[in-house]
Amino acid sequence: MRNANPARETGDDFRSLRQARGRRHTLGRAGLYLLATVMALWVLAPIYLITITAFSPRDVVREYPKQVIPREFSVESMDFFVNSTGVLGSLWNSVLVALITLVLSTIIGAPAGYALARFAFKGRDPYRLVILSTRAFPIVILSIPLAVTFLTWGIYDSIYAVALMHTALAMPFTVLITSSIFVSVPHDLEEAALTLGCTPLQAFLRVVMPLALPGLAAASIFTFVLSWNEVFAAVILTLQERTLPAHVLGVLTSSPPHFRFAAAWFMLAPSLIFIFLIRRYLLGLWGRISR
Amino acid sequence: MANIELRGITKIFDKKVRAVNDVSLTIADQEFMVLLGPSGCGKTTLMRMIAGLEYPEAGRIVIGGGDVTDLPPRKRNISMVFQSYAVFPHLTVFDNIAFGLKMNKTGKAEIVRRTEEAAELVQLSPYLERYSAQLSGGQRQRVAVARAIVMEPAVLLMDEPLSNLDALLRLNFRAELKRLVAELKTTTIYVTHDQVEAMSLGDRIAVMRDGKIVQCGTPMEVYERPATEFIGGFIGSPPMNFLKVRLERVDGELRAMLGSHGLPAPAMLADHADRDLLLGIRAENIEATPVDGVASQDGLVSKTLVVELLGAQMLVTGEIDGQGIKVLVRADAPIKPGVDLLLHPELDKLRWFDAESRNEIVVS
Amino acid sequence: MANRAKWTPYLLLLPSAVYLAVFFAAPMAQAFGLAFQDTDNNWSLDSWRIMFSDASFNEALRTTLVLIVVIIPIQFVLAMSMALVVNAKLKFSGLWLYIYAIPLGISELAAGIIWYAVFTQQGWLNSFLQGLGVVERPFIFLSYENQGWLIFAIVLAEAWRATSIVMVILVAGLQGIPRDYLEAADVFGASSWQKVTRVILPLLRPSLQVALILRIILAFQAFAVIIAIAGQALTVLPAEAYRWYQDYRDPHVAAAYASLILFLSIASTILVLWLVPTREEQLG
Repeated sequence: MRNANPARETGDDFRSLRQARGRRHTLGRAGLYLLATVMALWVLAPIYLITITAFSPRDVVREYPKQVIPREFSVESMDFFVNSTGVLGSLWNSVLVALITLVLSTIIGAPAGYALARFAFKGRDPYRLVILSTRAFPIVILSIPLAVTFLTWGIYDSIYAVALMHTALAMPFTVLITSSIFVSVPHDLEEAALTLGCTPLQAFLRVVMPLALPGLAAASIFTFVLSWNEVFAAVILTLQERTLPAHVLGVLTSSPPHFRFAAAWFMLAPSLIFIFLIRRYLLGLWGRISR
Repeated sequence: MANIELRGITKIFDKKVRAVNDVSLTIADQEFMVLLGPSGCGKTTLMRMIAGLEYPEAGRIVIGGGDVTDLPPRKRNISMVFQSYAVFPHLTVFDNIAFGLKMNKTGKAEIVRRTEEAAELVQLSPYLERYSAQLSGGQRQRVAVARAIVMEPAVLLMDEPLSNLDALLRLNFRAELKRLVAELKTTTIYVTHDQVEAMSLGDRIAVMRDGKIVQCGTPMEVYERPATEFIGGFIGSPPMNFLKVRLERVDGELRAMLGSHGLPAPAMLADHADRDLLLGIRAENIEATPVDGVASQDGLVSKTLVVELLGAQMLVTGEIDGQGIKVLVRADAPIKPGVDLLLHPELDKLRWFDAESRNEIVVS
Repeated sequence: MANRAKWTPYLLLLPSAVYLAVFFAAPMAQAFGLAFQDTDNNWSLDSWRIMFSDASFNEALRTTLVLIVVIIPIQFVLAMSMALVVNAKLKFSGLWLYIYAIPLGISELAAGIIWYAVFTQQGWLNSFLQGLGVVERPFIFLSYENQGWLIFAIVLAEAWRATSIVMVILVAGLQGIPRDYLEAADVFGASSWQKVTRVILPLLRPSLQVALILRIILAFQAFAVIIAIAGQALTVLPAEAYRWYQDYRDPHVAAAYASLILFLSIASTILVLWLVPTREEQLG
């Protein structure tokens, strides 16, 4: 469009106008890069600061004023944090809770996601709406009655209590995400497998699963992070058998600074790795489930 | 090898839409049957029911003498080529073709032999290790065909297999497909909305509209004797001409009058005298000569509006008494827009249709 | 076979429906039960009376609302800028998206501690300010006396952590806008600013609506970030629910707090739907 009918018709005026526009365009591009960089620094700077703090020796952590360029690498703070009472236990609990949550919500949620993706049936849209609307309900309102219930069931203050609660939070997301993943596997492929001698289950396992696997893995990581980060339900539902965030929150006010900073970094690091792993699915995961 | 019998098949979607409405059809062993119709006519739904991907609300499907109506696809001894090709993207060409054989627990050596044979048949041998993403549209199409024929099914089903190819590829592959199916001698059902494909491939064509089969016959029958105005208009390019005429007795003879001109009409139409009829005539069955002052009794006079050169022939669009007509003439005919033409249709190619029902009135 | 196929989807849905009934619907009902009953299971409004007359209640409610009102606009401006940058087809567009999305995976608690490290008395902010000569000795930002600074620190932490969700939703929405519209706007000589306000924002309405609802609901639950930064110096509604359950062992009042949060969440969802209607709702 812009290149149609060059200067010949409209003469020099047009050319200079185009040059001016081009200059403004370049300027605009530079401005965009500047804005992009500033916002990137805004996101990255705090992560950098906590990282150099977490890996400084204890006396450097206490030092004031602080230096932006780290002088000495040390795992002293990290060592102190990991070996503090309750940290390793709660770390193990966190991993277990996240894994149980991941397995439970996939086993229970993925079939529903498949049903929503593949079948046209009565009640499909209402069910979808119910799943969507669960987002409107705060964790707070579920945690307190569930704590009371789990007390009577005898699983209060156990990783199972937290995992069951986290599954209730994660499962609606799993349903919606898996549904959109299964939708993206063409139905034709499944039908082709049926005509080539597969039972419906075989068609699912041999054709749908391999194609859905990357997406499902991303969804699983998403669920894992959700559980790994959750703290309110975890502190309500446990006293001793804490998850890592719940433990850190519980001892926070009575802990020295280098404990806190090492803890923050420790909770942050897996999330960074996971987000990196699922970076190609970020838009899919969040974009789709918000439709 | 098997014949197919469809008895009163009905498919209803959403409790009200009759996608397929009481269709019965018998397809002979080794026959190539084309289901032809505009989109939404129910042809694909009918094929999917034969494949077992949909289940009819009423009717029975019999393949090779066995009732398969309630069987899943894998127990019907059919293979299907999908419009989208449905080539598995996570498998190589070899594994795609061998997929069905593996599911049937065929022996390893035989899988290799038959897969390579099938690949050879569709000229895919050099590409066996490639994945779908590394193939062109035409090659994917071949994978889909090889994957279906390697199963040596009793019935081969093809759902618009050429519609996603570009024009030239489609032309080449059509001929290849015809050769392949003739060699295999498998009973084949082929769904398409392209009447040229239907004409060139089918032993018989079943024309569908609104969930029903409106005509079933050889390509020549369907082309020459369309059972309804719709079929005449749908099949052939250009479509059949339809002129509204009035049947009158002139000097004791039946004539189909169009304005002041007329054509002789067969005596069998006597019952319809003094009534309106639709006259159908194909563009290539009309002889056209420029009017040179001599008024003729037999024949129609049309005013030329548009002239389109098609290569070997020329398509003339004209107007008779306010009604459009298309005529195919020699490419070098001296015809220009504005010229009046005298049209002489071949009388034995005239087809007569009831003006109300739009069905053919058979006169011979 | 035909009949079996009809039941398949319901069988597949069943486990999730049962799970949601047991772990979502039932606790919800139970929460109201707890909130409206006394310790002897008699219907009463005692819990609500205790909650409303509690010394911390007003502060908790006020802080929660103030945080939402201040944080949400900041987040949306920031998220919109990030989304437009990501969508502007700069070099390394994948990298920009990834960087802006990093906080998606960061927990409230970790974010709170990170910003505590910035604002604490011997923290990074004081180090910078002193380096620049703005202050002579470390200023105590995070104390009960400096409520404004406490709020400011929390606002920054939340803007830092929770903008990503909004950004990703907006980017997904932007990518759903056909390029034709923007090119049409180009042809008619629209400036970049006009393109944003006249074309993009109206078309982005559904995404904005979703993001807004999601953010507000999550903001009502903000909890760990406040404890990490302000400790006991500031309180919010979820922190009170936690305190009543954990410290005072009174699930009834805690449930009353929880119910109040739910009520406020639903009320603001309705408010958003009313204030930011999407096209269909405007027509219908």
